[in-house]
Amino acid sequence: MPAIIQMNSRKVLALNGLSKTFGSVVANRDVSLDLYRGEVLALLGENGAGKTTLMNMIFGHYMPESGSVDIEDASGVLVPLSLGNPQAAIAAGIGMVHQHFALAENLDALDNIMLGSERLNGLRRYKAAARDKVQEIMKESGLSAPLTVPVGRLTVGERQRIEILKALYRNVKILVLDEPTAVLTPQEADTLFKNIGTMTKSGLSVIFISHKLREVLAFSHRIVVLRHGAKVGEIATSQADESKIARMMVGAETEEHTRELMLPGKPILRFERVSAAGRSRRESLERIDLVVNKREILGIAGVSGNGQTALAGAISGMLGLNSGDILVDGITIKDGRPSVMVDAGVGRIPEDRHRDGIVGAMSVAENMIIECLDDQEVQRYGLLKWDAIQASAEKMSVEYDVRGPGTQAPARLLSGGNIQKLILARVFKRKPKLILANQPTRGLDMGAAADVAKRLLEARARGAGVVLISEDLDEILSLSDRIMVIHDGQLTLAKTRDRAELGLLMVGDAA
Amino acid sequence: MIRIEPRQSSSALMTYGIPVFSAVISLLLAAIPLTLSGAPIGASYFEMFKGVFGSKFAFSEMLTRATPLIFTGLAAALAFRARLWNIGAEGQLYLGAMGAVAVGTGVFDVSGMFLIPIIMVMGCAAGASGMVIPTVLKTKFGADEVVTTLLLNFIILFFLQYMLEGPLKDPMGLGWPQSSPILDQGMLPTLMDRMRIHSGLIIALVCAVIAQFMLVRSVWGLKLRAIGENASAARHAGIRVNRTLMSAAIVSGALAGMAGVSEVAGLKGYLTSDLSPGFGYTGIVVAMLAGLSPLGVVAAAIFIASVFVGADSMSRAMGVSSYLEDLVVSTSLLCVLLGGFFARFKFVRVTQKKEVMQ
Repeated sequence: MPAIIQMNSRKVLALNGLSKTFGSVVANRDVSLDLYRGEVLALLGENGAGKTTLMNMIFGHYMPESGSVDIEDASGVLVPLSLGNPQAAIAAGIGMVHQHFALAENLDALDNIMLGSERLNGLRRYKAAARDKVQEIMKESGLSAPLTVPVGRLTVGERQRIEILKALYRNVKILVLDEPTAVLTPQEADTLFKNIGTMTKSGLSVIFISHKLREVLAFSHRIVVLRHGAKVGEIATSQADESKIARMMVGAETEEHTRELMLPGKPILRFERVSAAGRSRRESLERIDLVVNKREILGIAGVSGNGQTALAGAISGMLGLNSGDILVDGITIKDGRPSVMVDAGVGRIPEDRHRDGIVGAMSVAENMIIECLDDQEVQRYGLLKWDAIQASAEKMSVEYDVRGPGTQAPARLLSGGNIQKLILARVFKRKPKLILANQPTRGLDMGAAADVAKRLLEARARGAGVVLISEDLDEILSLSDRIMVIHDGQLTLAKTRDRAELGLLMVGDAA
Repeated sequence: MIRIEPRQSSSALMTYGIPVFSAVISLLLAAIPLTLSGAPIGASYFEMFKGVFGSKFAFSEMLTRATPLIFTGLAAALAFRARLWNIGAEGQLYLGAMGAVAVGTGVFDVSGMFLIPIIMVMGCAAGASGMVIPTVLKTKFGADEVVTTLLLNFIILFFLQYMLEGPLKDPMGLGWPQSSPILDQGMLPTLMDRMRIHSGLIIALVCAVIAQFMLVRSVWGLKLRAIGENASAARHAGIRVNRTLMSAAIVSGALAGMAGVSEVAGLKGYLTSDLSPGFGYTGIVVAMLAGLSPLGVVAAAIFIASVFVGADSMSRAMGVSSYLEDLVVSTSLLCVLLGGFFARFKFVRVTQKKEVMQ
């Protein structure tokens, strides 16, 4: 357990009663908090609790309606920070790594890191010096990423490391990390936090936003909990435990979903020596064999960029096979297009729900029927049965708790969690025999994530097979009947449920 | 300090108000060149108004001018909805017109009840073929349809000139590069005595209503909108993206072809290489001004046609250059594009606290 930072340590940042509203939605209400030198502060809260908004106000992306921010200047005195001004925040030594990365995909890592901190009127660029500095930071922090490859070709995990390196390159005093470990392996996450620990010893203060109670408890000094935009709790980590924090976050004890044991049935999905090309060799599937049975959840653990996208693509019909066969319920799928997979009874929950899951400009109701446009309930003679579609959308919205401005409103107005519920409604309404759930709870709050888990377990009880691809080992462990680890496009059946051993398999370090 | 922020949602007022506002602004901006050319503003605008609404004849002329713009506007609007950038309506219009004269000048000497549909089908098919080629190039080889459709216009125009000097040339035409006239029974009936307005307008309006209905209420329309708004999600949902794109291309090309049919078989009677004063390109402005809505296309086409016809009569009455009409049409496009920006973003005044600056 990390040492508690003494309250008499120097204060580097003070938020005084910050409030922010978007239209009628209150994002932050009168939030005050302090940050001390060398401290790791965890900012916890459900989705939409206002964590990111709060950080965006510190960083100058948003202008608070009321309140002020004080920050330590060079002489160690707290001075007011110019609000709504990112340049001022950067100059004051605040660095922020966003959940959605802000990298130029056509530039390499070094250019991205240097971007914005170079003189505009300089005649030449000092790339060599910058490279040396970045390499030194990489050595110090243990974060590594290829510097010469265009960022667009790198994995999500690598991109995030570049974002963190970019902040460190600017000699920040205060580092804000928005869900930093969402895409890292447990080992990488541990290393990250260990190195953050090292850096805090030399004076860096860190605020990190997280959903994961385990890492918050393990690596922070102090925890601040937000709910509905207001600060509802502040606790020294040494005095906190999981149920205490969870209660603060959701206002009540969260129910644990218990996974009852079930006898798996006949195989529902079978991969026979499947090869499929991914973006790189590392992300390509090479003669994969895989079996998923009825009444079984198969968890696929692994670090992003090891072939998960190709695996999901093959199951969802988005990616053609180079060789091998896929059998769904004993029948070989010949032409694996998305519609063929849907018709074969495969329900697909895509990894990137904004890109592949919904058509944002179209209504919620239209998005609910988009996978079943041939159904008699939806259309006749090519004309949509609008009343029936509307009625069914209303019913599904209630049943799956899709909240938002209504079924006629564009789907892009929904929050991330509600978009996922919309997709769940669409998938589960068809009673699929096989469900592909690719990162189904990424970025969701505890309530919505629990809902996803409940639905997957229900489907399993109904007799469906589930392929659960996730980077969240806790999720894999709590839901899966069997676990396979994907690394370099190869699948390995895990014979253990031990976190550390699974982590080793994930980095390809199996003994 | 003023900052630009995206709007959370756009209201109905914005959706309908911005095109109307853009249209008004573009008309008002015409006052600047009018002043520079020394014409009295009030009288000029009055002449422009009179040129459209001053008489039954003026009004019918405006509707005659609007007819091809409705067709090309629909062609652009439907293709753009699918994110298929058809810049080639001008060429497809001429293909349609060539199709019409190919079958309408004596190959089939049947009654109008049969000949008119034959001419229309042939014109639509010819127009569609002009959009199928770039779409195949796009889906098979990834060729940018903006480039291919635009350049195909010139190829088609040269092809037209060849046809008018060769196979389609009127033997009785005294050597002029023009086609034989469409048979009398093949001409689209006129709507009013001694006026040029013809039933192509009715067909255009019916097409607009059908297009609106299909876009909103049919499975095809939903697929078209889905691939346009988010092709990746549409593909994931099992929609055949290329197939839908091809169907949009065929409908778009056919509508542009109908513009040619309507001009040649409704108005001129024979085909020359100056049949269209850029109806295909103006159709793009019409579609943008209409916010890509088929029914909006009708209103936008009427506005643009009014500007053309009104400015024409104004230039004759006041002695100012008739290029003014092009100016109004282009400023209206600029205004609507700018208006689209204001519909999506808003300006926020950011107040800085004084003590911060110390």
